[in-house]
Amino acid sequence: MARNGSGRPPGEPRAIGYLYVLPAFLLYAGFALFPLGRAVQLSFYDWDGQTLGTWAGLRNYTDVFTDPILRGAFGHTLVLILFFALLPVAIGLLLASILNRARVRGLGFFRTVVFLPQVIAMVVIAIAWKQIYDPTSGFGPVRGWLGDYSLALPAVGLIGTWFEIGLATVLLLAGMSRIPRELYEAARLDGAGPVREFFAVTLPSVRGEIAVALTLTIIAALKTFDLIYMTTKGSPGTTTLVPSYIVFDRAFRTNQVGSAAAVGVTLTVLIFAISFLVNRIGDRSTS
Amino acid sequence: MSRNVFRTGTVIAAVSCLGLAACAPGSSGGSSASKSNASAPAQTDPAKLGKVTLTVWDQEVRGGQAKQITQLNAAFQKKYPNITIKRVPRSFDDLGKTIKLALSGDNPPDVAEVNNGRGDMGAFVKAGQLLDLGKYAKAYGWDERYPQSVRQYSSYSPDGKTFGTGNLYGLPQVGEVVDLYVNTEHLQQAGLAMPTTWEQLVAAMKTLKAKRPGEAPMVLGDLDKWPAIHVFGPTQAQFVAPDDIRKLAFGQKGANWKTPGNQQAAQTLVDWMKAGYLDAKTIGTGYDNANKAFSQGKGTFLMAGTWLAADPMPALGSKVRFILPPPSKAAGGKEVSTGGTGIPWAISSKTKHPDAAAAYINFITSPEAMKVLASTGNVPVANTSEQTAATPLDKDVLTAFGKVVEANGLVPYLDYATPTMADTLGAALQDLLAGRKTPAQFLDTLQQDYSGFVAKNG
Repeated sequence: MARNGSGRPPGEPRAIGYLYVLPAFLLYAGFALFPLGRAVQLSFYDWDGQTLGTWAGLRNYTDVFTDPILRGAFGHTLVLILFFALLPVAIGLLLASILNRARVRGLGFFRTVVFLPQVIAMVVIAIAWKQIYDPTSGFGPVRGWLGDYSLALPAVGLIGTWFEIGLATVLLLAGMSRIPRELYEAARLDGAGPVREFFAVTLPSVRGEIAVALTLTIIAALKTFDLIYMTTKGSPGTTTLVPSYIVFDRAFRTNQVGSAAAVGVTLTVLIFAISFLVNRIGDRSTS
Repeated sequence: MSRNVFRTGTVIAAVSCLGLAACAPGSSGGSSASKSNASAPAQTDPAKLGKVTLTVWDQEVRGGQAKQITQLNAAFQKKYPNITIKRVPRSFDDLGKTIKLALSGDNPPDVAEVNNGRGDMGAFVKAGQLLDLGKYAKAYGWDERYPQSVRQYSSYSPDGKTFGTGNLYGLPQVGEVVDLYVNTEHLQQAGLAMPTTWEQLVAAMKTLKAKRPGEAPMVLGDLDKWPAIHVFGPTQAQFVAPDDIRKLAFGQKGANWKTPGNQQAAQTLVDWMKAGYLDAKTIGTGYDNANKAFSQGKGTFLMAGTWLAADPMPALGSKVRFILPPPSKAAGGKEVSTGGTGIPWAISSKTKHPDAAAAYINFITSPEAMKVLASTGNVPVANTSEQTAATPLDKDVLTAFGKVVEANGLVPYLDYATPTMADTLGAALQDLLAGRKTPAQFLDTLQQDYSGFVAKNG
């Protein structure tokens, strides 16, 4: 390829560009990259947080995969992805297409109602749901679910579903409102019913929004901490234990800082990997 | 205090190391104690110490706690005008978070309240940040003031590894014990007298279950994981010798979870669950909700700590009484229960005024101070039974703690044992109650945690 005088194509950023980025980068490096690097370093040590740490090599990481409690915790977050991400996006799609199609009066009102859980602090939500699930003060059939070995994780998951539906619905509704009317008209002229219309027009048009909603909700599922901390603390037994709770527990309460860092780093890698995957799928289908 | 303490300090300590990117964690936290006056004889007359300013960090900020320390500080200042108390009050959480950095820094408080557990006092002793109070204990006669069953909670070996014996590093002001709250009205309605033996207690629960089928006689909300420890502890004390429990609970060498006594204790809880003495939904019920239900007249017995007596139970009024767990035959009829002390007052090893600091601690733990504590609604840790109280329930609390200490029947919280025991025991007890673990498997889990720690700790 022929090169021009300055050795770069016109419009290509010059080195001075990095100078403009520098202030933001310094902040980012100081408050995000450096702590991350430090966490990675800590994860290779056995450290109680007070006295001198000892080199542990990869042991903290092998524990993540061999310790049944840690492995179980990562398993639980995968179940939570179902409740925090897949269910809300599915329900959100349904709700959004109904709201979008029906052009109901007072759409703003319904949108607000559906979105409301997102506005409330998670701690408040957790306390409220804990009361709903409580056997002494609780509500009908869900009483005592948090104490049941097979129902506790779904019970916590349902709180997440209730919480994330609003986000998914509003995101998808925004996407759907940008779909040109003509597409629907054309579909109808071709004889498509509401269901066909949904799969042929609506769904492909909001793929980008679905990817965004999935990314946000999956990350929320993987890093769930406040919900678990306020409701079950991992109980009954260890059935609702999740990695971010373990990070907190080991770093602040049981003085196993190295192990906590290893769990945290593993969780970070997992979140990166899954988000990357979701976005690749989302990008490919929009192009 | 046995409740959770969040150790934010560790992370702050980690951040403080950030400047030296290559340093191994913890390498920047070296501290050296001033040993200059360690050999000098203790000066026990504060009036002769000249002008001194003592910085004191405490967490006595709520209700009766605040009242007692304000009164005692004022009395101390009046008696010894040459010593100025610079008081820094902080909430329990705040103090726990900041004291780690403060003690390792260059300008630590002279006196501070330091939590008993391995992660706090144990870690500070290990790092050489607290003064061994042996010299002052001898000079002031603290050994006689506080029995060994109280002093054990602030005793560590000098390397901080062994909890429960060794040097004395702090003195508490108040005590707490897990006992039995009893709804006497329900007992009377069922034609029962107050149980005086463990066997009578179990029999009473059987009668109550028959006469009040709608509720479990023993109230427990274990959703928060740790409350069952406070039922298992006193139960275990009925079947296992106190000295063995102390070894297990302090994580000392030479004990074993897998004994017939422990098996029997675990089996007891399983039996209670099966017989409906504990509610089938116990694990799903929050601690506060269960206690609230009891205070509103649900259930007859509640095994919980003295601290609940401070919460009003208006619906029950004088119908609720508080007794030590009635002793079993296996315990030889001796009253034993789980309990501990309030947060001990300790002295920084870097203080320039150790004599004044010790004089202050001596003053706030004196027999006169105990009276002030009782009159402000606290449970003084010494001379407890002699104190007077405003309500029968409060008097019960004082009597119970006094009795169990005098009988040397106070056994520590089981979750002191190892840094991970609170989690291990909490989860294992839920597994036991839910029938997911047999008593033998339950004890295996605990033994693994205990022996693993003991082997590493040496």
